Amino acid sequence: MLKVEHIDVFYGAIHAVKDLSIEVAQGEIVTLIGSNGAGKSTTLRTISGLMKPKSGTIVFEDKNIAGVPAHKIVASGLCQVPEGRHVFANMTVLENLEMGAYLRSDKDGIAKDMEDVFQKFPRLLERKEQVSGTLSGGEQQMLAMGRALMSRPRLLLLDEPSMGLAPLLVKEIFHIIQEINAAGTTVLLVEQNANMALSIAAKAYVLETGKIVLAGTAQELASSEAVRKAYLGG
Amino acid sequence: MDMGSFAQQFAQQLINGISLGSIYALIALGYTMIYGIIKLINFAHGDIYMLGAYMGFVATTMLGLSFVPALIFAMVAAGIAGIIIERVAYRPMRNAPRIAILITAIGVSFFLEYGMILIATPQPRTFPAVFEASVYNFYGLIVNSQQILILVISLVLMAGLTYIVNHTKVGKAMRAVSFDADAARLMGIDIDKIISMTFALGSSLAAAAGVLVGVYYNSIDPLMGMMPGLKAFIAAVLGGIGIIPGAMLGGVIMGIVEAMVSGFFSSTFRDAASFVILILILLYRPSGILGKNVKEKV
Ligand SMILES: Nc1ncnc2c1ncn2[C@@H]1O[C@H](COP(=O)(O)OP(=O)(O)OP(=O)(O)O)[C@@H](O)[C@H]1O
Ligand SMILES: [Mg+2]
Repeated sequence: MLKVEHIDVFYGAIHAVKDLSIEVAQGEIVTLIGSNGAGKSTTLRTISGLMKPKSGTIVFEDKNIAGVPAHKIVASGLCQVPEGRHVFANMTVLENLEMGAYLRSDKDGIAKDMEDVFQKFPRLLERKEQVSGTLSGGEQQMLAMGRALMSRPRLLLLDEPSMGLAPLLVKEIFHIIQEINAAGTTVLLVEQNANMALSIAAKAYVLETGKIVLAGTAQELASSEAVRKAYLGG
Repeated sequence: MDMGSFAQQFAQQLINGISLGSIYALIALGYTMIYGIIKLINFAHGDIYMLGAYMGFVATTMLGLSFVPALIFAMVAAGIAGIIIERVAYRPMRNAPRIAILITAIGVSFFLEYGMILIATPQPRTFPAVFEASVYNFYGLIVNSQQILILVISLVLMAGLTYIVNHTKVGKAMRAVSFDADAARLMGIDIDKIISMTFALGSSLAAAAGVLVGVYYNSIDPLMGMMPGLKAFIAAVLGGIGIIPGAMLGGVIMGIVEAMVSGFFSSTFRDAASFVILILILLYRPSGILGKNVKEKV
């Protein structure tokens, strides 16, 4: 479904992502783990079109989307939930979800999907009219995910959904990610919380200073000595 | 001055101030919307107001249109000019340092001012009387029909803008882009298109102000945008730059203060008063009346 091949991404002179290749098959949860500054967000931002790779290809459902502007990539069925949520804090929960459906005009479909989102995240329903800047971190994460789902993505990119959340909430969020996946959406998940990520993913990549250093099934990586030492606390 | 005549004078200046203030508000809206979306103080905005006045002049004299069609003509023409200016002058500079784009805006301002002098000569033009000016006297308060016209048109336009921004898809997208452009792009919003729309809307409001001023003072000239442009900018800062209701509030306050200063002291202090306001606001409440005194979110 998604095939990233040999991409290089720069911030000015900083070479943040080096010759990176990853592959995500339809229906999978694939995770990309790595420590601070490894280049995980840069990779996702490049796939979703917020950044342009200097070289390499990104093929999504048989189309090369490398360098295509972000709003067109969304239209082709790929949506990213950015690190740090980035909800529109000056808008209500409802308006945020409407923005998620920006490219759609099927009123009935939108209404139905909104109901689905509220079913997944009942807390959002209670806070429908609330300005989203006043939501808690966990609620904002839910809103950011719900908003992305409103575009009906076939591939969902999640950047550190567990960031700053209490363990119980992390569990809840991960459970919902599995639910979203079970309903047919392919997921590429970036995490620092390697434990959680490996527990729900089928495949995993480990990123270090811009390079993929390990790849395999989540099981393999979870039992690998190197990964345990570096990311799973022993 | 006894109490009765003081009250009357006060009420009179209030009326004058509100009508002047709605002009400032219309111009300030464009400043604030454009600032909100690309963080640019568009120094050429006052000249768009001038351009609007000339378009209104062309529509009423050469095309023989009556007031409302002429107003619409001027708003559309200025809206298109706004789109072109953004496309040609500002978009290539989007990732340039702020100071470079600010200088570009000053360049655009000169271009419009001296371009208009080239085309239309520096001579002031007499704006045709599209309305029979009648003067009403309510218990000693003088209100003329132009003041009523300014107020009504401004209110209609501001209500329209408020509706667009709060209840239409484009308006919500504008708010989204101005709050977080990258997040907006991830929603599938074509931010270039939304920025164009913002320039179009802001410019057409300034053009409406230009036409109204033409009708009110009967005279327009190529440099007429400099002072009102500056004052509307102060109004936008006063209300809280980037905040739409703030621009309306700031504009009306500026108009009232100016009218009071001219009425009770002397009109020579009028301009000074606006700059005193700017200095005070920058000293004591830089985020403006409706602005929140918070740093950008992390
Ligand atoms: N806007 C930027 N300008 C310059 N360098 C940047 C910028 N954003 C990121 N970088 C650099 O690129 C590298 C990769 O950053 P990136 O944000 O992709 O890491 P990450 O793996 O997502 O880290 P984290 O887990 O902390 O989110 C880092 O060395 C970072 O300093
Ligand atoms: Mg990151």
